[in-house]
Amino acid sequence: MNQVPQAYRILPELLLTVTGILIMLIEPLMPPGMTRKPIGFLALGGVVAALIASVWQLGLPAGTAFYGTVQTDAFSVFFHVLICSVVLVALLIAFDVFDGSKERPAEYYALVLFGAMGMCLMTSAVELLLVFISLEISSIATYILAAIRKRTGKSPEAGLKYFLLGSFATAFFLYGIALTFGATGTTNISDVAAALPNSPVPGFATLAVAMVLIGLGFKVSAAPFQVWTPDVYEGAPSPVVALMSTAPKVAAFAVLLRITYGAYPQLQTHWLLLVWIMAALSMTIGNLGALRQHSVKRMLAYSSIAHAGYTLVAFTALSGEGIAAAMFYTATYAAMNVGAFAVVSHAGGYDDRLVSVADYRGLAYRSPLLGGALAFFLLSLIGIPFTGGFFGKFYVFTAALHSGEVWLAVIGLVNSGVAAYYYLRLLMSIYGKPTDDAPVQLIPRLKGSLTLALLLTVSATLILGIFPGRILAMARAGAATFTGASENTR
Amino acid sequence: MLNDSILTIITFVPAAGAIIVALLPRQGRIIQWFSLAVALVTFGLALHLPINYVYGQPGFQFEVDQAWIPNPAIRYHLGVDGISMWLVVLTGFLAPLGVLASWNKIDHRTKEFYFFFLLQQTAMIGVFVSLDMFLYYAFWELTLVPMAILISMFGRDRGTEAAIKFFVYTFLPSALLLVAIVWLYAKTGTFDFVRLQSILAQNTAAFPPQALFWASLAFLVAFAVKVPVFPLHGWLSDVFSEAPTAMAMVVAGKLGLYSILRFNLGLFPAQARQVAPWMVALAVIGILYGALVALVQKDMKRLAAFSTVSSLSFCILGIFCFTVSGLDGAIYQILNEGISVGSLLLLVGFMYERYGTYEIASYGGLAKRMPNLATLFVVTSLSLVGLPLLNGFVGEFLILSGSFAGHVAWVSAATAGVILSAAYMLWMIQRVFYGTESGMVTDVSAPDMNFREHAAIWPIAVLMLLMGVASPIWMRAIDGAAVKLASPAALVHMAVTQ
Repeated sequence: MNQVPQAYRILPELLLTVTGILIMLIEPLMPPGMTRKPIGFLALGGVVAALIASVWQLGLPAGTAFYGTVQTDAFSVFFHVLICSVVLVALLIAFDVFDGSKERPAEYYALVLFGAMGMCLMTSAVELLLVFISLEISSIATYILAAIRKRTGKSPEAGLKYFLLGSFATAFFLYGIALTFGATGTTNISDVAAALPNSPVPGFATLAVAMVLIGLGFKVSAAPFQVWTPDVYEGAPSPVVALMSTAPKVAAFAVLLRITYGAYPQLQTHWLLLVWIMAALSMTIGNLGALRQHSVKRMLAYSSIAHAGYTLVAFTALSGEGIAAAMFYTATYAAMNVGAFAVVSHAGGYDDRLVSVADYRGLAYRSPLLGGALAFFLLSLIGIPFTGGFFGKFYVFTAALHSGEVWLAVIGLVNSGVAAYYYLRLLMSIYGKPTDDAPVQLIPRLKGSLTLALLLTVSATLILGIFPGRILAMARAGAATFTGASENTR
Repeated sequence: MLNDSILTIITFVPAAGAIIVALLPRQGRIIQWFSLAVALVTFGLALHLPINYVYGQPGFQFEVDQAWIPNPAIRYHLGVDGISMWLVVLTGFLAPLGVLASWNKIDHRTKEFYFFFLLQQTAMIGVFVSLDMFLYYAFWELTLVPMAILISMFGRDRGTEAAIKFFVYTFLPSALLLVAIVWLYAKTGTFDFVRLQSILAQNTAAFPPQALFWASLAFLVAFAVKVPVFPLHGWLSDVFSEAPTAMAMVVAGKLGLYSILRFNLGLFPAQARQVAPWMVALAVIGILYGALVALVQKDMKRLAAFSTVSSLSFCILGIFCFTVSGLDGAIYQILNEGISVGSLLLLVGFMYERYGTYEIASYGGLAKRMPNLATLFVVTSLSLVGLPLLNGFVGEFLILSGSFAGHVAWVSAATAGVILSAAYMLWMIQRVFYGTESGMVTDVSAPDMNFREHAAIWPIAVLMLLMGVASPIWMRAIDGAAVKLASPAALVHMAVTQ
């Protein structure tokens, strides 16, 4: 049927897993006092290899493997590349933060790699049970990562909160799968769409979509399932937040796209309403919540809720255009958010020295590069032209307007106006004059790894803002293989 | 060959300069000299436009039209006509003066200042030369960023609040502007101004009039905030009193007024006429309100702010009467405003550098100590008041004569604004420069204007006189554009079909 060796379809996942296992084997053999930097380089190497393998997969003919459970196509490759890039940056951010600390950096590296493997698999799995398993792999890794700063009280608290609420949400997702099986007799995404018209209990299917939306809504921190986000982001170490505020969300959005458009296109009228409400709520709650925050990490947490809302707006555009817009938005969101947290992570250091907006006063004075980079990411989060954030919003709202969702677009744009205020407050603080005893005076010099991370994220945000055409074309290709597939089955 | 790329070069030379500034060492005055050079080069390049402009040729000149983003169809389309050409030149002209004004005043974080200053130049020139709605919008939003950051960094004491106020004031309506632009795109499949204009003019039936009205309103509000038009002027006085001189010189007026002329009159001629009575009323209220509030200001910069509200409202009046002379006057007045208010702010800034205050009551009898500054201040004030032989007269006269026939009552009231403007300006001069010497002026021994300050003001003074006596140099290009705006093809077409 297909001549491509089955293993090729999961090559990036294999590479990530092997590297992770290698790290776990090597670490105990290293003498206790020795720097863990070589392990960091090994992890970086593994991610880069996975990245290359993902791009290489684009050359394979699109198809499935392992009894139709894994599918590689332009859609999965898009998300693979995105997730691997985010993980790469997240590793670079953590390089110095964890090396000097008392925690074991090797644990961090291995968990990040296993998590990345789960996330990658989520985007290429087309069998709901495999989706569930990979979701669990990625979630468990992130639960532990949130709690990795064991010696402070807040980090384990964040981890526990994330774990309890997260496992609750995953249960909803599992219910959704069970109900899907009940309604259609299958758990393969493309078979579901085909079997749905003959379903003896169509009500189950509607319920199933709602359950899946709840489960994944939690993962992307969309309102009204967002309550955990600010607490967890505040407590978890910043390099981990950089990762978990982006990569798992990207993967969850990919799954959401596959399930809503791939498995349940017929029920669009039902899930559309739910998504509409979630989008409007997320944008409003996220932005209004962020307005009241003094802590930068909590503000960014609320802002990430709002951005999940913007992404969901694209779902309401019933077309390939909407899918492409959502994919583009996840890419820009990932680039700018990971970048912003890179700065927060370095500025705050291991102990989160900088907390409130006022603490950031004079950051650009102390380190023009760090301050300038954060300012640039904030501008992108606001949606200023020539940054990725602008085109992200632009494509999302254009897609919504095209499908007649004028009100949602207006809610979204008014929200982005409100959002400008709290981002600006931080932006202005960065460019304010610091006092002599200001906490920013303690910020250490930029290290090479962080400079590289900032360089990567700034240039990604800039490229998305000036030449969005290529990336959008890739997103469209991804959307096309995938809507094409769902149309064939109809 | 040069004609094809000249607009690109003018637009991006300051941005390239900004990047180089970021890499220069913070030593001596390298950054200042370099920025001055960039500004002068930009101005020199901008002068290429009026020299090579083909007068009498309709449409846009020096055009570049290349694909930028394939989908949605966004083009890199630049071009200028009689209006935007002079605005580009004005922007180029004010830039070196802004550098000179900041020479000593900005003594810390010069690198940041000149980086954002030059970036602001690119954004403003981009607004004037863009003929793709999307490209235009991108530059329009970009103008906010350096401005807000600089106000926050170099504000007197409430800079951050003023910057946020300015940003939010202008950003919120801009979001609605974006909705309107995207709506137009969804309807027509193009962002190109020229194509949009012809589509809107020819297929009037394809657009529901109600929706077109709301779209035009979204445009108008976004621009009116930026002008600012009464009652949307809330940000201006704070920004004027906080912003560094070089930024206050360019923050108000031209961007918003140009956009109203280009897009509200260009794309929605019928809708613009629909709201005209309201706009005329707001303009006259703005003229009188601005002048009356200016009369009671105690702070010279705030006085300048309210005088700006008043004189920009004259431009609005001229625009929304839709007569050729009214539009001519309005466009001319935009240029005047940039030059004369710029000069006023420069002079007030020089005084601040010496005495550290804008408070009118602290001054008195300054003319004896600084005869040069006093003379130039009086000349600038007379230009703002509209004395014949100076530039202000030409603009105000054309506006009033062009609008009088249509709105007798309103325009009669507006002429009172001319008298009031004379009152507040001359009263301020009397209090600051004449009368008994105040304690502060006696105590602080400050020299008269130095060479750098002369270099900044004299070009303006000469220009004020030149624009007062030789207005046809500018009018030649402006008139062609004004004629088109006064009787656009769309209205002719509609009159024929009805």
